[in-house]
Amino acid sequence: MQHVDHAHTIIELDRVCFSYTNEEVIKDVSLEIHKGDYVGIVGPNGGGKSTLLKLMLGILKPNDGTVRLFGSDIKDFKDWSKIGYVPQKTYIEINFPVIVEELVAMGRYGKQGLFHFPTKEDKEKTLTALKQVDMLGYKDRQINDLSGGQQQRVFIARALATEPEIIFLDEPTVGVDIKTQKQFYALLRKLNKELALTLVLVTHELDVVAHEATELGYINRTMEYYGNPEEFLKGAYFHELIGRGGLHH
Amino acid sequence: MIRGFEAGIIIAVIAPLIGIFLVLRRYSLIADTLSHVSLAGVAIGLLLKINPLIAAIIAAVVSSVAIEKLRISKRIFGESALSIFLSGSLALAIVLISFAHGFGADLFSYLFGSINTVKQSDVYIIGALGILVVAAVIAFYKELVFVTVDEEAAYVSGIPTKFINILLIVLAAFTVSLAIPIVGVLLISALMVIPVVTALQLKMSFKKTIFFADLISVFSVITGIILSFYLNLSPGGTIVLVALGIFILTLFIKRR
Ligand SMILES: Nc1ncnc2c1ncn2[C@@H]1O[C@H](COP(=O)(O)OP(=O)(O)OP(=O)(O)O)[C@@H](O)[C@H]1O
Ligand SMILES: [Mg+2]
Repeated sequence: MQHVDHAHTIIELDRVCFSYTNEEVIKDVSLEIHKGDYVGIVGPNGGGKSTLLKLMLGILKPNDGTVRLFGSDIKDFKDWSKIGYVPQKTYIEINFPVIVEELVAMGRYGKQGLFHFPTKEDKEKTLTALKQVDMLGYKDRQINDLSGGQQQRVFIARALATEPEIIFLDEPTVGVDIKTQKQFYALLRKLNKELALTLVLVTHELDVVAHEATELGYINRTMEYYGNPEEFLKGAYFHELIGRGGLHH
Repeated sequence: MIRGFEAGIIIAVIAPLIGIFLVLRRYSLIADTLSHVSLAGVAIGLLLKINPLIAAIIAAVVSSVAIEKLRISKRIFGESALSIFLSGSLALAIVLISFAHGFGADLFSYLFGSINTVKQSDVYIIGALGILVVAAVIAFYKELVFVTVDEEAAYVSGIPTKFINILLIVLAAFTVSLAIPIVGVLLISALMVIPVVTALQLKMSFKKTIFFADLISVFSVITGIILSFYLNLSPGGTIVLVALGIFILTLFIKRR
């Protein structure tokens, strides 16, 4: 177990409710995520995991309740360079004309601000991020010439290039082979331990995340469990989740 | 014909520049919609005896903002909102034209483009707004690219996505209405789409794709204007056929 500095709250959700249509898909969710936490979010398909991430990021606005990021209300939040986001299997259009280096460089755009062109430093940070995910050799390849796992690593590099304090990952290892998956989780562990990077990871790989994460949330409309991963494995939700076939894809 | 060349080359440069963002966001229908709105603008202009080009620009820009607002409100599904605008403005144009029946030859040139009737004042308008469009794309290049690749990730990077969306559609409105004198209402979207789709076949970086799309577009317009001048053909149609020829050629080259 690693040391978690509970003095530093990064995300605070207070009785958050959300609905796309009439039906509430997130109900009364409250939680706190602290600096250095490695949070795994699990739950059945349609349980609201992606929606929860989008609420934390301000992409969606809650119908009720409040979301606070780094101490400020999400509506007033400006410090986007602290945030990295790897969306759920980004649909990359066939023929989308972007090469790996261009895509990762986008992670620097927010930091640069309007009317600023990329500097030498931006270029260096971009290449460093590619090195971190072991994809430097592919920097001039078009993104759709890569395998699914390689693409996913490039999207992680984009989040790393921002040099964020927290990274949100939505099912980042879907379609990634076992070996790459292992490397990927080793990378996350390293980032979490060495850089004290806070991680929020949505996944169906309960077996893995229970051993990697420091906190585990089980969401099925409401946050039915939030706390120690090992406790969770012993509890009833675990069996419910497996029963619904949520463990594997 | 010199005036036609000047205006044509400006249009050739800006059409794919905006077109690439529309194509990649699957917004190609917007170009068609705005061109029909522009036609209604032209009809109003001819009726009220104000410069039809200016009337077309105003109509297109106002509608583009309205279309974007409708899209955000999500009350009407994107595609059907566009169809409503497209058929609505076409209906308005037809009614206005039949109401003032008799501006026949003029209208024909707006439908299909006519290099010979490009006025000097048109060249100034096209030049000034063309430079504005290019400048805006350069200034907001990285934001436009990021929002096109992944709007939510762009938002989370602090990019003002709402503003960029409005900017793109207003720039599209300018481009479409400026292109009317050259290729005409019915063929504008072809000039915005075909060179882009051709360049996409080559699988290059984003910057190179834009560069090649522009190259193809400028080549098509110059060749099209020269051919149409000497063979006495419709310039709009000839330009689009040249661009289409290049597209088919790249398909064959890629196949081998
Ligand atoms: N854009 C949308 N409009 C309407 N309903 C939506 C939308 N996105 C998601 N939903 C609904 O909200 C609920 C939660 O969806 P969400 O994508 O958050 O689930 P999830 O836990 O991420 O599922 P998965 O494991 O399949 O990724 C689902 O019932 C889904 O149908
Ligand atoms: Mg999801």
